[in-house]
Amino acid sequence: MAFISRGFHGRPRRDVDPSRVPPGQYVVEDFPVLSAGPTPRVPTEEWTFTIQGAVDEAVTWTWDELAALPAETFTVDIHCVTKWSKLGTSWTGVSVDTLLESVATEADFVTAYSDGDYTTNLALEDITDGRAWVVQAFEGEPLEAEHGGPARLLVPHLYFWKSAKWVRGLTLTPEDEPGFWEAAGYHNHGDPWHEQRYWGD
Amino acid sequence: MAPARIAWRVATVVEVVEETPHARTLVLDVPGWPGHVAGQHVDVRLTAPDGYQAQRSYSIASGPEAPHVALTVARIDDGEVSPYLAGEVAVGDGLELRGPIGGHFTWTAADGGPLLLVAGGSGLVPLMAMLRHRAAAGSGAEARLLLSARTAPDVLYAAELAELAADPALTVTTTLTRSAPDGWGGRRGRVDAAMLDAAAPAPAAMPRTYVCGPTAFVERVADLLVARGHAAGTIHAERFGPTGG
Ligand SMILES: Cc1cc2nc3c(=O)[nH]c(=O)nc-3n(C[C@H](O)[C@H](O)[C@H](O)COP(=O)(O)OP(=O)(O)OC[C@H]3O[C@@H](n4cnc5c(N)ncnc54)[C@H](O)[C@@H]3O)c2cc1C
Repeated sequence: MAFISRGFHGRPRRDVDPSRVPPGQYVVEDFPVLSAGPTPRVPTEEWTFTIQGAVDEAVTWTWDELAALPAETFTVDIHCVTKWSKLGTSWTGVSVDTLLESVATEADFVTAYSDGDYTTNLALEDITDGRAWVVQAFEGEPLEAEHGGPARLLVPHLYFWKSAKWVRGLTLTPEDEPGFWEAAGYHNHGDPWHEQRYWGD
Repeated sequence: MAPARIAWRVATVVEVVEETPHARTLVLDVPGWPGHVAGQHVDVRLTAPDGYQAQRSYSIASGPEAPHVALTVARIDDGEVSPYLAGEVAVGDGLELRGPIGGHFTWTAADGGPLLLVAGGSGLVPLMAMLRHRAAAGSGAEARLLLSARTAPDVLYAAELAELAADPALTVTTTLTRSAPDGWGGRRGRVDAAMLDAAAPAPAAMPRTYVCGPTAFVERVADLLVARGHAAGTIHAERFGPTGG
């Protein structure tokens, strides 16, 4: 039995579909920003995206090369470990499946790495089969720098820190290696529906 | 071995301090508290009689040396959780929390200085934990605090900050963004490049820099610091909303 907070009644949102809001989350209309340092700003002319590590040969795309790949526009719900969820967000980007077609690997894990020295680790199975994208647009507009522009990873079924902002590439690894927040006490997998917020959850 | 789960604990409110017209400190007795590092936060969970729950994060205001865990909550009038914590909760009440959480936005005396702390409003809370720890640990690390508040009565911990600033190695610079009282000798207006030039160490000194406050404040200050030549890797940021990647 949970501890009852005397005099607390809350402000539950009745107009949202509970099947879309994981436990402990509340729905926001705005788009909060959370990151560990200053916002990096990289012009698209200098931006590249590289898949490296345990691959037969590393592959790098320039901004224009990435933009020339088949893009998908899709609508998903996103869930941040700081408890907000934003429903029905629309993004445009390239499926990670499309990018991985360019490499051969035996690895089962990846580290996504970003400008600003941010990293986050993912199992390959969490970012394949149509579950992750490198996105360049939000709601039809170029992605703003404070939300990770020019491009961020988007892995909507995991807490949002896994959707690395300012992403610059993926390093394939045979072993799982904790990233920035994962080494600092946050859960290695980060499934919002199981409230995998912190170590041991 | 899987790391241990961060357990929910029921803390007891042992003291409530009215800090400003909009903010209160809750001093908590937390049985089994494992200790913390200045800059870390806790998650607080409220449960209504019908089972509805809401969780929010709050920085720890007390230093690791303090006997109790203190949280300072600023009331957001249309908010769900902060009006309860900053209004309803009374001495003797229980409060569910877990922590400490966060290993990035932290400082210990062993890290040394110089320190540059930049606070917007209640963003002062984790930086105050660092200053309290600095004093309790007898650290001589050079420290500069730049504090932005709307009005003079909104400045958190004003009396304690004045006492701490008796230490010649600590400089506190306050700027008021809305209105200043007659005879106000501090700065006015938002933190800008001129204020940083006047009050912050040179980028070459490589200060360990901690910026905390509302998102827009942190974005602006971090951009100014980068433009001033501070290495991005020396700047730690913690954004307090609105509501909070
Ligand atoms: C790591 C971390 C540490 C934090 N530490 C503290 C702390 O020490 N003290 C403290 O008072 N708060 C702190 N916060 C913010 C806190 O978690 C809540 O967001 C805040 O108390 C508002 O919650 P609420 O339920 O009252 O408002 P909500 O119901 O979440 O929001 C109500 C309205 O207020 C707006 N809003 C929410 N938060 C803010 C804000 N901070 N500034 C301006 N508008 C806002 C929302 O956009 C919304 O319109 C921290 C946040 C994080 C992520």
